[in-house]
Amino acid sequence: MDPILEIRNITKQFPGVLANDHISFSLMPGEVHAFLGENGAGKTTLMNILYGLYQPDEGEILVHGNPVRFNSPSDAIASGIGMVHQHFMLIPVFTVAENIMLGSESTKGLVLDRAGVAKRVRELSHHYSLDVDPEALVEQLPVGVQQRVEIVKALYRHAKILILDEPTASLTPQEAQDLFRIMRELKEQGVSIIFITHKLKEVLSIADRITVMRGGKVVGTTDPQTSTETELATMMVGRAVSLEVEKGPAHPQGNVLEVQDLQVKDIRGLIAVNGVSLEVKAGEILGVAGVQGNGQTELVEAITGLHSPVSGSIHLMGHDITHSSPRAITELGSGHIPEDRQRDGLVLSFPVADNLVLNMYYNKPFARGMSMQEKEVIAHADQEIKNFDVRTPSALTPAGKLSGGNQQKVIVARELSRPIHLLVASQPTRGLDVGSIEYIHKQIIRRRDEGVAVLLVSTELDEILQLSDRIAVMYRGKIVAIIPAEEATKEYLGLLMAGAAPDQARQKI
Amino acid sequence: MDLRRFLFIAAIIVALFAVVVAVGAGHETPLVIIVSMLATTLAVATPLTLGALSGVFCERSGVVNIGIEGMMLTAAFFGWFASVYASTILKMDTMPSLLVGVFFAILTGALMGLLHAVLSITFKVDQVIGGTVINILAIGITGFLNRQLFFEKNGLFGGQFPHAPGVLPAIHVPFLADIPVIGRVFQQQPITIAAILLVFISHFVLFHTRFGLRTRAVGEHPRAADTVGINVNRMRYINVLIGGCLSGLGGAYFTLQSVPSFEPMMTNGRGFVALAAMIFGNWTPIGSWAAALVFGAAQALQINLQFFRNFIPPQWAFLQQSYVVGMVPYILTMIILTGLIGRTIAPAADGVPYEK
Repeated sequence: MDPILEIRNITKQFPGVLANDHISFSLMPGEVHAFLGENGAGKTTLMNILYGLYQPDEGEILVHGNPVRFNSPSDAIASGIGMVHQHFMLIPVFTVAENIMLGSESTKGLVLDRAGVAKRVRELSHHYSLDVDPEALVEQLPVGVQQRVEIVKALYRHAKILILDEPTASLTPQEAQDLFRIMRELKEQGVSIIFITHKLKEVLSIADRITVMRGGKVVGTTDPQTSTETELATMMVGRAVSLEVEKGPAHPQGNVLEVQDLQVKDIRGLIAVNGVSLEVKAGEILGVAGVQGNGQTELVEAITGLHSPVSGSIHLMGHDITHSSPRAITELGSGHIPEDRQRDGLVLSFPVADNLVLNMYYNKPFARGMSMQEKEVIAHADQEIKNFDVRTPSALTPAGKLSGGNQQKVIVARELSRPIHLLVASQPTRGLDVGSIEYIHKQIIRRRDEGVAVLLVSTELDEILQLSDRIAVMYRGKIVAIIPAEEATKEYLGLLMAGAAPDQARQKI
Repeated sequence: MDLRRFLFIAAIIVALFAVVVAVGAGHETPLVIIVSMLATTLAVATPLTLGALSGVFCERSGVVNIGIEGMMLTAAFFGWFASVYASTILKMDTMPSLLVGVFFAILTGALMGLLHAVLSITFKVDQVIGGTVINILAIGITGFLNRQLFFEKNGLFGGQFPHAPGVLPAIHVPFLADIPVIGRVFQQQPITIAAILLVFISHFVLFHTRFGLRTRAVGEHPRAADTVGINVNRMRYINVLIGGCLSGLGGAYFTLQSVPSFEPMMTNGRGFVALAAMIFGNWTPIGSWAAALVFGAAQALQINLQFFRNFIPPQWAFLQQSYVVGMVPYILTMIILTGLIGRTIAPAADGVPYEK
């Protein structure tokens, strides 16, 4: 069988970085070909070249054996290549049909043929079992469905090769499973898929072949039958990585955080946290598991002072902090790694140095009266950059210019570099690569061993199981069970997260 | 635009009309007063309507345009100048001279639009600053040339102030204008009629054509448009040029339809009120027009109250002060922009230059 797509010696140089260094690979018809690599390995650059967004400095692309040159996405689309970007390229205020037809609109006379497009979308969604409603407004759809719209958009343009860039990064585990079902369906129908990810489990479960990239180069091509997670991780990172978190037994002390009967409303004014009680002891990690959107965000916002609860109480080290300001809570010795690092964790346009003192800039030695002490801020930054291994050109680089993993390290450095009693970590490793995950997990365990109480919120069950000493499961604003980590299995937690009562869940296993 | 907003607009217009009806009650029948108010409202809302449409095209494609005021002022001057030149120097007849004037007003608007496009799209200058530059430039150019061309001894017209060709005559809309009493509403001058037609044409173009879909796409999420092969900057250029032409026609209103003369700074903030109308109209042509009519009605109140100056009852004496009534449009602008009647949502990429 001849490859449907082949690239030879693609090279792309950016100022100061060789993003792609003589990359070659081939894609067979009906194949799922995974590209595995850490952030910054050059996967996305390569895909942008394939989609005509960048032009390569060297090398060639062949579609069905014929050399092609893509000057813009239109050329790639014309050659049957479709791409689903990590950040969706959908217009929120448009309907599904409008989004799908944009750029290749069909018209009757001058008028957009909305009905015709809707009909074609229904046909496509039926044919590929991708359920989308052409008349729905995109902004009202859940992320998983928006992704389906992106896939239909590519199919509408007769894509035979589909590039999925980090497609599971923003999905819940259920949505991810659904995506894999769709990918298998597409494969059956003869669509070839390039699947970009840094999640090892996903690669092993869905890919036919795996190409691993590191530092702009292809380090090897393998297949899921002959490789293991550990081997792939080693290829990807370039050194042995422990995927298992090493931690000793916990030595819990007295209660640091006590939450009683907490009720919190979400931004729409609906009850999101409905009567939650929990406590976290010094020297233990309490993991809060649950599907995204079951009140975890609001719970964390109430504990960190970002959102005042409706009723109930929160005590930190015996102080009532139910309605305290974030600054008061921070000063009592609480650290917070927020869920959305770019929105709540950093001021992206500020330099790394300023971001590192966001929670203490007003104290000595960083401020004297009204004036900031620039030198102290930078000296502090240089120290923390070294301590926490933040890869940044300098302390004065804007935080927004760093990779996701390094942005997260800046936050971790800020929150952990002072003495704290409580650490609230929400999705601390979302979207990060294996190396960074390993690092952040180690830091969290280290604080626990030093006697910090850790409240860990994560939708990744593996993370919860690896780190937690006790596990609380949240479902529809309530904590349905709190169990010791030794008693928890993935299946049991999965059932609780889906709303099963604890006794029923236990019977099912 | 939601129903609540339209009801609010209707309520204000009714209230403004009611004031004039109440004051003039002893002198004219309410129907005559209402018809007169309606006719004036439509006419004086013309530059606001065209200015707002200009803003709609620019901002729907993602380019903030606060230079509408300057674009209209420049177009008013050059349209006026072209018509005077055609009639005085080229000895053309009245109607052709006026049409030459309208053509040059639109052309001037287009050139100002091109300037704004080059500044904000090609050179990515901050769009508010670009618009401000246009407003200042307009005051300078028109003031200077007005002096040089019309008032200097050895100027183009030989020191003699030239005779203007007059204003565009009203068009008698067939059938509608023949209805007794109400017919007066449909006796309108051509730029007013064009503006009303353009409201509906713009609505059709923006929401029912390929061009409109692409325009809105580049104003909401330019990168998404780029990934499906739409040339973002070209779409923005075209829309800003369309906006310039609409502002140009709006400028023609001042010197070729309203009065046959040019005064420095005669647009008098109407470009900014047009922007307010566009925002209150939620960046839609029909909504903007409705909002422009509110401001038009406020101005019509002022004009119509002049007729009944002597009938104003003593307890309402403050209405005799023209500056009290003259404040109404601006007070309305402030109330409307506070978001009291619900927030409006600008196109997501409005004012953000596109970087690949």
